[in-house]
Amino acid sequence: MSATVVIRIPTPLRSYTNGADEVTLEADTVGQALTTLALLHEGLGERILDLDGKPRQFVNIFVGKADLRTLQGLGTTLQAGDVIAIVPAVAGGCDEGEG
Amino acid sequence: MSAVLHLPPDIFDALRTAARQGYPYEACGLLIGRREGSVHHVVAMRQARNLNRERAHDRYELDPADYLTAELAARDAGQEIVGIWHTHPNHPARPSETDRAAAWPNWSYLILSVEAGGVAAVTSWRLDGEAFVEEEMAS
Repeated sequence: MSATVVIRIPTPLRSYTNGADEVTLEADTVGQALTTLALLHEGLGERILDLDGKPRQFVNIFVGKADLRTLQGLGTTLQAGDVIAIVPAVAGGCDEGEG
Repeated sequence: MSAVLHLPPDIFDALRTAARQGYPYEACGLLIGRREGSVHHVVAMRQARNLNRERAHDRYELDPADYLTAELAARDAGQEIVGIWHTHPNHPARPSETDRAAAWPNWSYLILSVEAGGVAAVTSWRLDGEAFVEEEMAS
């Protein structure tokens, strides 16, 4: 039986969830949860998953406080009550020669 | 409604201090508060670790674990992350192409230009499509 889990939506992507900061759904694995999220909210999938269905370069996925890269990736099994957080990669800097 | 970033004086001072203390390296962090349409009200700032150690003088990569900690604390306080702040050591307070390429919509991007003598300029920007547009700052 699938586990009921919560996915935290970061501010920049809440326009895809009508402003909701989290989405509750049922899934067995992280991969299944993200795929279901993409089906529920049009446009969101392209922002978090690449064409192969893997998290995009500028997106980090956490289960609880653990980075998905330190777990079993998209195959990570979920337990009821798990919280998946979509964490935008935040980066930048000043370019050489600018200004 | 045009984009405005409301930044109380005490938080502005805390940002300037963090920028000076980080110099000559880039410092970065999060702006916490609430949103009313396109108006962002900042109630707190948090500094985050810069994971880019090799080019810390002109690049930043905000530690996602620090982001997560800040977001959870904000949620518990009924707030949210409304923007990102970072410094440009010895560079103008204008977003670089590097900043633009990595930017997310609906956030304020506050930039502090910092030099050896202190903070030289502060500006804030919002992504509009693919381009950054400077937003009004108010206390």
